[in-house]
Amino acid sequence: MLCLLFFLVTAIHAELCQPDGENAFKVRLSIRTALGDNAYAWDTNEEYLFKAMVAFSMRKVPNRETTEISHVLVCNVTQRVSFWFVVTDPLKNHTLPAVEVQTAIRMNRNRINGAFFLNDQTLEFLKIPSTLAPPTDPSVPIWIIIFGVIFCIVIVAVMLLILSGIRQRRRMSKGPTEMDDSEDKCENMITIENGIPCDPLDTKGGHINDAFMTEDERLTPL
Amino acid sequence: MVRLVLPNPGLEDRIPSLDQLESIEAKEAGSRPQWDNKAQYMLTCVGFCVGLGNVWRFPYLCQSHGGGAFMIPFLILLVVEGIPLLHLEFAIGQRLRKGSVGVWSSIHPALKGVGIASMFVSFMVGLYYNTIIAWVMWYFFNSFQDPLPWSECPLNANRTGYVEECARSSSVDYFWYRETLNISTSISDSGSVQWWVLLCLTCAWSVLYVCTIRGIETTGKAVYVTSTLPYLVLTIFLIRGLTLKGATNGIVFLFTPNVTELANPVTWLDAGAQVFYSFSLAFGGLISFSSYNSVHNNCERDSVIVSVINGFTSVYAATVVYSIIGFRATERFDDCFNTNILTLINGFDLPEGNVTQENFAEVQQWFNATEPEAYAKLHFQTCDMNSFLSEGVEGTGLAFIVFTEAITKMPVSPLWSVLFFIMLFCLGLSSMFGNMEGVVVPLQDLKIIPEKWPKELLTGLICLGTYLIAFIFTLNSGQYWLSLLDSYAGSIPLLIIAFCEMFAVVYVYGVDRFNRDIEFMIGHKPNIFWQVTWRVVSPLLMLVIFLFFFVVKVNEELIYSVWDPAYEEFPKSQKVTYPGWVYAVVVIVAGVPCLAIPGFAIYKLIRNRCQRRGDRQGLVSRVSTTSINGDLKY
Repeated sequence: MLCLLFFLVTAIHAELCQPDGENAFKVRLSIRTALGDNAYAWDTNEEYLFKAMVAFSMRKVPNRETTEISHVLVCNVTQRVSFWFVVTDPLKNHTLPAVEVQTAIRMNRNRINGAFFLNDQTLEFLKIPSTLAPPTDPSVPIWIIIFGVIFCIVIVAVMLLILSGIRQRRRMSKGPTEMDDSEDKCENMITIENGIPCDPLDTKGGHINDAFMTEDERLTPL
Repeated sequence: MVRLVLPNPGLEDRIPSLDQLESIEAKEAGSRPQWDNKAQYMLTCVGFCVGLGNVWRFPYLCQSHGGGAFMIPFLILLVVEGIPLLHLEFAIGQRLRKGSVGVWSSIHPALKGVGIASMFVSFMVGLYYNTIIAWVMWYFFNSFQDPLPWSECPLNANRTGYVEECARSSSVDYFWYRETLNISTSISDSGSVQWWVLLCLTCAWSVLYVCTIRGIETTGKAVYVTSTLPYLVLTIFLIRGLTLKGATNGIVFLFTPNVTELANPVTWLDAGAQVFYSFSLAFGGLISFSSYNSVHNNCERDSVIVSVINGFTSVYAATVVYSIIGFRATERFDDCFNTNILTLINGFDLPEGNVTQENFAEVQQWFNATEPEAYAKLHFQTCDMNSFLSEGVEGTGLAFIVFTEAITKMPVSPLWSVLFFIMLFCLGLSSMFGNMEGVVVPLQDLKIIPEKWPKELLTGLICLGTYLIAFIFTLNSGQYWLSLLDSYAGSIPLLIIAFCEMFAVVYVYGVDRFNRDIEFMIGHKPNIFWQVTWRVVSPLLMLVIFLFFFVVKVNEELIYSVWDPAYEEFPKSQKVTYPGWVYAVVVIVAGVPCLAIPGFAIYKLIRNRCQRRGDRQGLVSRVSTTSINGDLKY
């Protein structure tokens, strides 16, 4: 009699947890991708931990605080490591709705990931989408700060160069006017006709003929 | 030897004689700008020649025209086309000691149009080139964060997934086309000014203004950084690149020679065009720069050195670029393969690590044979290394899409991103110095600007004016306008100007006189190589390249690539024909500089005729000019 009951229970269990069963979810772990050489082997103890995490997540849902580890059924474990699981109600005759399980898993995803040293990509719950991390938006975009710095430096440089240019020009215009007088200027004005310098007719006497003059003597020394 | 020289009366009066040259140099020491030392001059010329094209045009040409075999036409044309033209520009500038307008009008007044054409072309190219620098600055500003903004797609409104446009293309594509350009779907759809691009444009023009505010006085200091930094960064990238997995794949792909390409005339045409544009000839900037040299500067040696450096930089940059591209292609290939492996493992619940890249094919076959129905449900991607290596690798696509993606896969990405964009910025800025010189000095020579105006004001006005016109590139359709100008403003007119330059120097100025000048300046007569190339080979090559280009450009349909999320084959670019009014724009942009040459000659002819009718003293063609302190003013 007891044997028959036992077989019945396992048969019902087997029916509840099936690949593509009602309210069943497939889980896929990529332990070696995540941990490389530190990868642990997937055995029944790890399965037990998994069932515990799912039960823990379900207990956080209102009205499901009494979920036990034995209510979580795992089946079809493959070498990949992938398996299907369902969560049954305390009477073990039907599975809990997928929506509840989904909400529970989503809310505690980080805890479940952490228990196995995995992340959203290496511990996949197929059909349970993970919430994407919100982007970190600083209040002032960084590029504006960099732009502001460089632009200010450039404006300051422009101001400095323009001011120094004005100062230089003022100094130069003050300098020559103190040294030359207008007479000197007239003396050095040479009319060029057809590329040949002509002697101006109204210069003072004693003006040296340019044609025979060398460079250095063009300006009469003081 | 062809001894053909066109009659050129009055040439002696317009140019300083050889005896006067040294005295002029001494007199000019105060008023005319001068290089502080030879290094500044060389760095400025190298900076002008070495530009963005060396990084993003040459590697693509090299790889698409037979890899290592492309070096042959490139080097041959470098020697017979690039070096002679460069030597010619250096020598004529140094001899006549004027900017481009001054030089050509000294050779013959009717040739002033050549200088004016150079000025127009420099202006147009400067207009869009600085916009590219603005984009580079945008990426530079955005590089100071980890993770880089183009490494991840942004989330959509309800945080359930990525933005659709980004998910369908890629995060780097999305960042370039949407977050940087915010591109529209056609050139007619102008949209509005994108404020962030405008800010970067303002910054770019301000930096340019700071560096060129007093002409070569400030430029000469700036080139110490802008011309040397790219080489440093290229070396750093080379070392980093060679240590990355898959770099050698890229370099092998680049240099694998395919000798059959040499029989293809397009290869030679592209090599010739690349040599020509890479040397920044016919812009007028080089003539101007060399006019500030001392009279006895060895321009022959300078031209050879600059050419060699330019060629070397092209090859070096190509190596660096393709080592990084090889890394990216290998990463993509590995990702693609691993996705396939994962599909297979997940499909048949195999343990991890059982299927690797080596046994993937046989495992695939085994499952196809044993479980065909289950196998048929699986969807595998095709992973082809060659297609990854030859993806969109020229122009802005290389810098802002392919390279940025490669950088996101490298460790410490912000550092590499900052370095890369600083390098592009310096390369672009040093080329802009030459463009500005090619605009400012002709305006001064044309005497449009009053003499009293200080140089700072003139440079400022030119920068401001060009900046305002460049607003068009900050619109949603800005990138389409830029590609349009890039294709037509800088190609045909430059070839015509270069041909006219050679013709003017060899046949109007007289190659004998030119030889004597060079002998005076550097001490020995140019040897037979220069004679042959100047008189025959180079003008012929220019003519051939120009004719080919002209025929190709005129015959091709005016189409452009458009980024349209509504396109069926998105993320591929859609090829669309230009609207009708674009033809008018092309004609103006390409035609005005070209027509300036004959136009000015005709104008001068008509003016001479009119003047001669009203002028009783027909023999005297020169006007009396006053000279103060002996400075001859023409």
